[in-house]
Amino acid sequence: MATDRSRTADRIRRIMAAEGDSVERNTRGFNEGRYDSVDRLEEYDAYKDRARAIKEDAIERLPELIERVRETVEENGGTVYLADDAADANRYVRELARERAAETVVKSKSMTTEEIDLNEALDAEGCDVWETDLGEFVLQVADEAPSHLVAPAIHQSREEIAALFNEYFDPDMELETAEELTAFAREYLGDRIENADIGVTGANFVTADTGTMALVTSEGNARKTVAVPDTHVAVAGVEKIVPTFEDLQPFVELIARSGTGQDITSYVSLFSPPVATPPVDFDDDGPIADDPADRDFHLVLLDNGRMDMREDDQLRETLYCIRCGACSNSCANFQSVGGHAFGGETYSGGIATGWEAGVHGRESADDFNDLCTGCSRCVNQCPVKIDIPWINTVVRDRRNRGAEDGQLDFLVEGLTPDEEPAGMDLQKRFFGNFATLAKLGSATAPVSNWVADTLPSRLAMERVLGVDRRRDLPEFERETFVEWFRNRDVPRPVDADYHAVVYPDLYTNYIRTDRGKATVRTLEALGVAVEVPEVASSGRAPLSQGMIATAEDHAREVSANLEPYLEAGYDVVAVEPSDLAMFRGEYERLLDERRSETIAERSYEVFEYVYGLLENGVDPASLSGADDAGGAGSALAYHSHCQQRTLELEAYTTDVLERLGYDVVTSDVECCGMAGSFGYKSEYYELSVDVGERLKEQFEMPEAADRTVVASGTSCLEQLDGLLARRPRHPISLVAPDGSE
Amino acid sequence: MQTQLETFETNLGSVRTGVTRTSPAAFQDVLGDVIDEPAIGAPIPFAELSLEGTGVVLEPTPDQLREATCGVTAAALGVADYGTVVLESTPAGAELAGLFPDRHVVVVRERDLVADMAAAFERLGERFRDGNDDAVLATGPSATADMGDLVHGVHGPRETHAVIVEDAAE
Ligand code: SF4
Repeated sequence: MATDRSRTADRIRRIMAAEGDSVERNTRGFNEGRYDSVDRLEEYDAYKDRARAIKEDAIERLPELIERVRETVEENGGTVYLADDAADANRYVRELARERAAETVVKSKSMTTEEIDLNEALDAEGCDVWETDLGEFVLQVADEAPSHLVAPAIHQSREEIAALFNEYFDPDMELETAEELTAFAREYLGDRIENADIGVTGANFVTADTGTMALVTSEGNARKTVAVPDTHVAVAGVEKIVPTFEDLQPFVELIARSGTGQDITSYVSLFSPPVATPPVDFDDDGPIADDPADRDFHLVLLDNGRMDMREDDQLRETLYCIRCGACSNSCANFQSVGGHAFGGETYSGGIATGWEAGVHGRESADDFNDLCTGCSRCVNQCPVKIDIPWINTVVRDRRNRGAEDGQLDFLVEGLTPDEEPAGMDLQKRFFGNFATLAKLGSATAPVSNWVADTLPSRLAMERVLGVDRRRDLPEFERETFVEWFRNRDVPRPVDADYHAVVYPDLYTNYIRTDRGKATVRTLEALGVAVEVPEVASSGRAPLSQGMIATAEDHAREVSANLEPYLEAGYDVVAVEPSDLAMFRGEYERLLDERRSETIAERSYEVFEYVYGLLENGVDPASLSGADDAGGAGSALAYHSHCQQRTLELEAYTTDVLERLGYDVVTSDVECCGMAGSFGYKSEYYELSVDVGERLKEQFEMPEAADRTVVASGTSCLEQLDGLLARRPRHPISLVAPDGSE
Repeated sequence: MQTQLETFETNLGSVRTGVTRTSPAAFQDVLGDVIDEPAIGAPIPFAELSLEGTGVVLEPTPDQLREATCGVTAAALGVADYGTVVLESTPAGAELAGLFPDRHVVVVRERDLVADMAAAFERLGERFRDGNDDAVLATGPSATADMGDLVHGVHGPRETHAVIVEDAAE
């Protein structure tokens, strides 16, 4: 275990050093472009809903649509082959190449052909295969795998590509600028296209009613690949089918914006092959239009596990993916290391877990599933609204259970066991059962803190549990938040208009009790009758280790604990955003509908609740404003929490702070890189710090450098505490009236 | 408030496409100003306009295709919101003429403009079902960022220019 961990850490460190800079520059550029571009699209949310609905419908009706595609393509004069798996698809294309005695095959970018290793198959047939997309071409020359769904070579810098080309092709003039490299590639590939016997493309979408394939590109290579050779083979996963031609429209609006932040790519080609364009024989000197040659078109529809994914209630959503790459671009970890660290045989980034588990079997998802911290920043960015972190959690759970490869439907059974499997990784167990640890740590504080912090125990924790010794451990309070509240001697308001339970999450209850106390004081000052009962931990910790069954137990307990309060008309106020995100999000998957809906509707993030009170006319005069908050100053640099932002709650905090006279600047990096246990794990510690550096840089810029740093999440606070010289605070501690407790 | 035509022009500009407005009568003169020779093209399928006698080679050989610096083709539609032109493939090789040469001059009629993609797809759906079933939504020149910086002119044209033919006044 320990050596596995250091091997993983080494690998990540190496990739981060070699590829991190290019990946960071490119993905962040795409990501910023995406925010701008979707802002310009008025109907953005409506398009997302439509895109989702089309995909749901298409996957539901897939067998029927496959038959429809077969009919329409055949009516147009093409051939459809439904391939069971990679070997079947490759065999079909190889035979075609053999029949045509094809010497040169040109391809335009297609992840699906990467998935089945078509190039190798054609090589074995003696064909000269060339990738015409420039990114793919670079990878072909470098003999590397793609690191990104949309921009496969983003990890390579111009300098690296120049060195690679100069060495490999030994051109007359050394290549240096992007223009020179592009011109060289265009010419080199142009010759290959002219001589090609077969053109291979993928397809972004295939329409069932007209047999049209949509190819989304910018370079023009797909157009040439289709137009020049007289034989065209398109390889597409069966999930690419949409029912009607008009269904393409929302995707055309969304795909480029989501991926690279362009409103639209230079070319969206809509071909219903065989195309009307005459093929070009460059050895002939008559007019092209006279060429009587028939065109030949083959659509290879690939199953390769997809029909099983369709039957799998948890993995099905993966099939809605249009492979735009937005999830990768918005992923803080991906921004630091890129797709090669995420691993997988073909696909990369968050959604790759679903793809790899579905098409290559769960083992190929093993290496990288851990890099998803569940921060949820990708969820709102996905144009088809896939809950990517949930897919990661499911695959993690299945992996924990070590079930047989290829069994995709056992989650149902997996959701109802009494306990986690015996062989499960100790590190996961440790972080997954943080609730138990916190209870124990607090009961024996401060001794537990001293013991935990001695070098021998840090070494042991690192060796056995993989808890990185460079990361400060949380310090447990002897008196828990719940106990403090119980022991407190403060008169309860009578006839209060509002009643609220302050949810004592693990951190607030055992470690950061101050923010709990500040929350109670704030709410009471605003006239709320507050209770802090003993409530189970939310299940966030086990869930992020993929321990779904345990998380489900927690959820049931929380629901039972809260039930009497909810019935008595209490709202639930959460301090920790990741717990609120459980209540509003994952509980839907863990509890029955009635219970999850009640909790979701009645729970609030603390500043959201305060905002609501103020909007309802409650007077904020009793809160501490900018002028009287104990030495904090009125200028703040605020870092919201990833899940809080996904739930669109950031504005409540900034609004309340501003009403109280604070001047607030906010960070816009996706995430602090901490995400609960992630930054503690020795294999990910350095990656976590690298992600945190982006936040640190923002808060060290002149306009933020002198501001008091505030953050909402516990893990963000810890990350910031480790990286910044200033000690960050929770915003509630600024606004709470002074207390003597 | 911009007219649809003005919106189209503005958006063509923001996707690096030059614009010339003209009338059917002045079309051939204007074309002479915006093409570079050797130029190839495909017959324009609009009754009032023609490329005959303009010096644009209409039935190119592969060599002429390779050597041409400019290609002239017609657009079936223009999408105002995006500055996009819809290029249809024809047996005469319109797709090739708009793809191989360095400069692509596209002829769009004002009457073929639509406001947005939704309208474009409605029209295209009809055309596709009627048998005109290949089309490229082209927006600006071809481009790549794969070599470390944005470069225009990859496998497709480096420059794009739209000649917009205004509707004759009634
Ligand atoms: S999961 Fe969503 S965001 Fe990620 S590539 Fe697929 S469609 Fe795009």
